[in-house]
Amino acid sequence: MSAINPERRKFLGKTSAVFAGLVIAPGVLLYDFAHGRAAGEAASGRVRWGMLVDTGQCASDCNDCVSACNKENGLSGGTSATDSQWIRKVELKDLRSGRTTSLPVMCQHCEHPPCADVCPTGASFRRADGIVLVDKHRCIGCRYCMMACPYKARSFVHEPLTDQNPDVPRGKGTVESCTLCVHRVDRGEQPACVEACAKAGRRAILFGDIADPESEISKRIRAVASAQIRADLMLNPGIRYEGM
Amino acid sequence: MYNKAESRNFYALVAAGGLIVGIGLIAAYLMEEHGHIITGMNNQIVWGMPHVFAIFMIVAASGVLNVASVGSVFGRAAYKARAPLSGLLSIALLAGGLTVLMLDLGRADRLIVAMTHYNLTSVFAWNVVLYSGLFSFVAIYLWTMMEQRMNPWSKPAGFVVFAWRIILTTGTGLIFAFLVARQAYGSALLPPMFIVASFAWGLAVFHLAQAAMYAWNGKTPGPEIMRRMRILLGIFVLGTLYFVFAYHLTNLYFAKQTGFEQFILAGGGIFPWLFWAGYVFLGSLLPLLFLFHSGLHKTSYTVIASLLVILGSFAFLYVFIIGGQAYPLFIFPGYEASSSFGDGQIASYSPSLPEFLLGFGGIGVAFLITAISARVLNLLPHDIPDRRKRDAY
Repeated sequence: MSAINPERRKFLGKTSAVFAGLVIAPGVLLYDFAHGRAAGEAASGRVRWGMLVDTGQCASDCNDCVSACNKENGLSGGTSATDSQWIRKVELKDLRSGRTTSLPVMCQHCEHPPCADVCPTGASFRRADGIVLVDKHRCIGCRYCMMACPYKARSFVHEPLTDQNPDVPRGKGTVESCTLCVHRVDRGEQPACVEACAKAGRRAILFGDIADPESEISKRIRAVASAQIRADLMLNPGIRYEGM
Repeated sequence: MYNKAESRNFYALVAAGGLIVGIGLIAAYLMEEHGHIITGMNNQIVWGMPHVFAIFMIVAASGVLNVASVGSVFGRAAYKARAPLSGLLSIALLAGGLTVLMLDLGRADRLIVAMTHYNLTSVFAWNVVLYSGLFSFVAIYLWTMMEQRMNPWSKPAGFVVFAWRIILTTGTGLIFAFLVARQAYGSALLPPMFIVASFAWGLAVFHLAQAAMYAWNGKTPGPEIMRRMRILLGIFVLGTLYFVFAYHLTNLYFAKQTGFEQFILAGGGIFPWLFWAGYVFLGSLLPLLFLFHSGLHKTSYTVIASLLVILGSFAFLYVFIIGGQAYPLFIFPGYEASSSFGDGQIASYSPSLPEFLLGFGGIGVAFLITAISARVLNLLPHDIPDRRKRDAY
């Protein structure tokens, strides 16, 4: 048996500490910089995630947000009446002035979501941070939420699914809609559509915490005129539109 | 008491009913296996033909109890004699309607979830309670009528059933009345409209069942009760027409709803046809002629009138449910909208065979329950034979 070598021990101890630091630090830094949530930590009611869409920056020939959403969430990208579309580009023409506008429409993540009100099993719910989701294990596929949604934001899975994204579980016979890329948001990232829009050089979609008065999105909402779709229904959606 | 030929006919009838139920179950299995892609339903028309069948049966299940209510609650003896049949038909129709509704679910295998997780703000969840309640209360009501010792309780039981079914049909109407964002729905007029419609549709079903039972047993119902029940059906058909017109009239008055009304009543392809020719003419005016014309008093005319009322109710529900969804949602007032998801466009729907088979399967369930129970239990109405019977009506 060889004698204990204190120098070797010190070396091993120091390198282990450095190695551990290298492993943990990025996670700690990421958490610190991006305000993502640790696994198991509940969503906070102090946060309300939302979006501000600048229709002035949204081009009618650009579909990047839709493509990014399809890729991120494992949707087929088909546009038949039975295909899921979590986000769609809507072309609007003002009936009086003839002015045209192009804008993305997805789940509006209402403060008072009618889908959650009518859901018989409570599968449709609003998370504490304002994201409206469907619990795929609890949804019985009655489609009452689709009847109740004023924005036609939901799709029903009509066929068996293959090649799903493990981060985004989906299921035949259940209803689904935009999750605001909750899996990315929880990692401290931006929703896929927001990222794609920025990559295309438009930056038409601003994402952030609308409950934080100091966030970029809150400041912008204060600075420019924006509106909610069907504001008359008093659902207080988390998605707002500029230039409509 | 039954001869051999009758028994053979009965078993043949049950076998035919069983076959229809079996085919309906196969359709449900295919829908479960392949998904709703094999139906005509899609992301715009999310409720289709199965819902037309299911809602007809659920609404009629409530209305068919009218006969029992007139007997128990309002004390008319001739109707009281028909109360057991009325109760049985209610259970049968409700079972048939719920079978269709349940098997159309995207995840019919999760029925246990629906039974154990109630979202109290959901009118659907309320209805689950209302349906189970109706089953129980009508079963108790039947028991109080059929078990002599329990007879004193039949009046209070009848009252509970009367109140419960009015609440139940209110709940059915509220499913649509609570949909504020859709032009076709979101009206407080819908619950009372459904209640009056339930009276008509339920009584039409009752007329058919009663005529079949009398014919099967080689008997004929008394002319006085037939006259009463014929007039009653006519009044209910008129009442339903009144509510349907009031509903469309209020919609026409609201500026933003005129587009929808124009679509349903005039320019919307199959929907105006089904509404005017199917519901108004065949399902209401023609039956009214049969029911009220002095020269058409034979039971067969009442049977034809009842069949027409049922046919009309399907036309009405098709227009109400499918037409209501086909008209585009009013998301961007003042704008013309278009998208890959059907914004601003009339949605198209063509019901597929499995949807019809599932619907008929539900009717088969109702038929089987009625046929078997009618034979096992003594449900044929026995009218009072003495001279005082006129006072009893």
